[in-house]
Amino acid sequence: MTVLSGKDLPRDGEQLQGPALDARLARTWGDAPGLWGWITTTDHKRIGIRYIVTGMVFLVLAGLSALWMRLQLATPENSMMTPDRYNQLFTMHGTTMMFLFAVPIMEAMAIYLVPLMIGTRNISFPRLNAFSYWMYLAGGVMIWVAFVLNIGPDAGWFSYTPLSGPQFSPGKRVDIWAQMITFTEVAALAVAVELVATILKQRAPGMTLARMPLFVWGALVTAFMVIFSMPSVALASSLLIADRLIGTHFYNAAEHGDPLLWQHLFWFFGHPEVYIIFLPATGFVSHITEAFSRRPVFAYPAMVLSLVTTGLLAFGVWVHHMFATGLPRLGYSFYTAATLAVSIPAAIQIFCWIATMWDGRPRFRVPLLYVVAFIVTFVIGGLSGVMQASVPIDLQVHDTYFVVAHFHYVLVGGAVFPLLGAFTYWFPKFTGRMMDDRLGKIAFWMIFIGFQVAFFPMHFLGLMGMPRRVYTYPTNMGWDELNLLATIGSFVVAAAFLVFIVNAIFSLARGAVAGANPWDAPGLEWATSSPPPQYNFPHIPVVSSRTPLWDNRNHLPVMTGLRVDDRELLLTSVMEAIPDVRDPSAMPSAWPLWAAMATTCLFISSIFTPWAVVIGAFPVAAALIGWFWPKSPPGPEPVIE
Amino acid sequence: MRRRLLLPIPLFVLVSGCAGIQSVSDDAGRESGLIWSLFVLFGIVTAIFYVAVIAFLIAAYWRRGGSNQDGLPDEGGVTRERSLRTAFFLWTGAVIGSLSLLALASYFTDRGLASVNPENKPMVGIDLVANQWWWDVRYHYDDPSQNIRTANEIHLPAGVPAMISLKSNDVIHSFWVPNLAGKQDLIPGRINDIVLMPRRIGHYRAQCAEYCGLQHAHMALDVIVESPADFQRWEAAQRQPAPAPATPLAQAGYAYVTSRECSTCHNIAGTNANGTVAPDLTHVAGRRTIAAGTLPMNRAGLYAWIADPQGAKPGNNMPTVGLNADELHAVAAYLETLK
Repeated sequence: MTVLSGKDLPRDGEQLQGPALDARLARTWGDAPGLWGWITTTDHKRIGIRYIVTGMVFLVLAGLSALWMRLQLATPENSMMTPDRYNQLFTMHGTTMMFLFAVPIMEAMAIYLVPLMIGTRNISFPRLNAFSYWMYLAGGVMIWVAFVLNIGPDAGWFSYTPLSGPQFSPGKRVDIWAQMITFTEVAALAVAVELVATILKQRAPGMTLARMPLFVWGALVTAFMVIFSMPSVALASSLLIADRLIGTHFYNAAEHGDPLLWQHLFWFFGHPEVYIIFLPATGFVSHITEAFSRRPVFAYPAMVLSLVTTGLLAFGVWVHHMFATGLPRLGYSFYTAATLAVSIPAAIQIFCWIATMWDGRPRFRVPLLYVVAFIVTFVIGGLSGVMQASVPIDLQVHDTYFVVAHFHYVLVGGAVFPLLGAFTYWFPKFTGRMMDDRLGKIAFWMIFIGFQVAFFPMHFLGLMGMPRRVYTYPTNMGWDELNLLATIGSFVVAAAFLVFIVNAIFSLARGAVAGANPWDAPGLEWATSSPPPQYNFPHIPVVSSRTPLWDNRNHLPVMTGLRVDDRELLLTSVMEAIPDVRDPSAMPSAWPLWAAMATTCLFISSIFTPWAVVIGAFPVAAALIGWFWPKSPPGPEPVIE
Repeated sequence: MRRRLLLPIPLFVLVSGCAGIQSVSDDAGRESGLIWSLFVLFGIVTAIFYVAVIAFLIAAYWRRGGSNQDGLPDEGGVTRERSLRTAFFLWTGAVIGSLSLLALASYFTDRGLASVNPENKPMVGIDLVANQWWWDVRYHYDDPSQNIRTANEIHLPAGVPAMISLKSNDVIHSFWVPNLAGKQDLIPGRINDIVLMPRRIGHYRAQCAEYCGLQHAHMALDVIVESPADFQRWEAAQRQPAPAPATPLAQAGYAYVTSRECSTCHNIAGTNANGTVAPDLTHVAGRRTIAAGTLPMNRAGLYAWIADPQGAKPGNNMPTVGLNADELHAVAAYLETLK
């Protein structure tokens, strides 16, 4: 066995550049052709696109279930559907939107964009990334198959005990829900770990923490929040499964368990989850505002501190979901204060985005229109959130349509509008083609106006006493017209999404061809071709400012010396991004898929018998052994240079 | 954009006009009055901030760069506009200042709500027990022989505080009379309290406000606030046992109800129907609605409910008994006498 010294290995640099380098890197980083390559890929871009498309499919499914509910609520005492169907629908709508659309799609955007934005060749732990996608897919498919078979969960996306416990929810519906949580938490935790490692160790030389793009900051804070909050819901759902499957009594008041334990554990995750969805969206807003205002984001340090502050405060507000449960009254005041405090960083961010436009030269293209819609809509949701932070006010509006209006303003306004803007903005990077501007504007105005028509009346419905989660309502309450209006608005939104999707498909095939940087944006992701090659960058870029492509418009400095015959990444130091070591990156493998299949078998069969955990562990162990089996003699040690 | 500017203002105009029997703004009690005032304060302050944000956004739209004509970014995002930096700190200060004020207002309102019965008046005592999907109501007195049991309807004397202890027999429910006060959950294994201080005579509606399963939508509670004299008359009437049936048809109904399925679940004081797991029927015909607000209390409602309880409220715990036409007429006629 001959051990090559580092010097003999082919590397990028003066001897190897241009088309020859591209061809060599494509051979090293490319996937096998066809289906096998699709199954085994570890490319963050292919997995990211897959994740995004799947997330969009779940968005459509959850949207359709909302439309169905709005049809039922269009008229009072409607008998179009049974209460059982309605309860399944609102459970599926909430569960899908929160667990299968909002959180995964934000992580999916990060999976695709973060490695490009920080100038590296692939995400860290790429096989874990592939595994994460398969787990997410399996969990989502499982719960929707259950719904189609009419055994969809019906205890709400929050599944309060004891309603979700063995006594009041017999059958397998809630078990399927709880196991879906297990799937998505495995997927989300895996991605969070990858993102933290990627962001802290793989940034391009010179990209200090203080030069990191704001979306990357958002992804970093979000990833830490996932790591700290997901264990709480993992514990909650595991205890629920134990109560249901093996007869423990964690939540059973009759046996000295406590139903409120569920609420504490669930909301300790559930409220941070809102910011897990929102913070990446603020990253989209920052990037779009910056690119279209032709000016770096105003007060970058304030923006970063706002992100971090929100991430910390998010863990101190969960009890504001429990103001009516009769916990000690004085203690509630703390949660009011913490909840009000969260609006301070949000207010600072809003100011900075508008200031960026005010001080720049904004061009109101479709992505920036979505930013304007975001501000106009999200601020209403934020302000109604300020109202609900107050204990007395919350006691009146809690669990009414006022709250439904509030969180749709926050989540659709605060996350979906930025996401649609981001989708339009990065579409040329994903596909190499621009989305159609005219269709984009039509979809934008329809979705913006339709949303307001659908959700603004719900504020009044709530104040007029209409509770949430009712499958019908009496006719003499004065709620009829506003409900009909909301239903009409929801159909306008649905039509707008149809236009948006048609636009995306049409543009994919026939859109104008985009260059590397069609918007003249400043971030590193625009420094490579659209769509990017498998290896992202021929040479690793070197960064000396927050807006590298604006400051080095003609010639971006690069660093050379990575091996091209093997998948190799450059690791840099955590704070200052000083080059540290060269590190290998995993080759394509089918083992993540086999491992995910084995884990899926274990999870699904454990709904039916606890023995599945024991027996199912063997295939999982076998898959993991295969995954980590040493495949070749170790190559030359990474060299510190 | 400008369309939205005016929206928060009509909000109050519109909502103030939203009088109703289940309305947050149409306050008929001390608690709901305190909360509505606080809501209006929060509404005004947040509306001012919304107008400020939209004004800034419109200004940014009109300015489109202003002095920054070359369109090239400044170094590191530092603005040339001193005024913008000043505005940043003023804005942050205004936000923190207003939030502090609102927090204080909220805190003192909450203290106000917590200081129940400051004049230490004698209170009406009620145990409210939630079930899937109806309300079991018990008034208790120092002399237990005076206790009253009813269901799905509570009567309260105006101007007298009422202490309601909230319990649940199954899952979590929430007691909410928006015209009188905010919510309080009913949680199995716990007892929560709420004190109501009704001020205005009228009929109000409460509805379960925590998702409690299949028929969460049909779990309402009529709340009747009346003068103390009327309330005492009601109390006295409720303490009477059920009147003996007078007509032959009602007697046939009485015979059926007390000897067949009905009596295993329902209680009718003064007869041998003494079930405890379903609503007390002793004075059922004197109530306003059937099955926790599902149907109106009248002949048509009674027929509909007795003949097919699963039709109006599918999934509820009352089985379809399968009465023939004669039995149906008789049972309905008897229940109608239970005023």
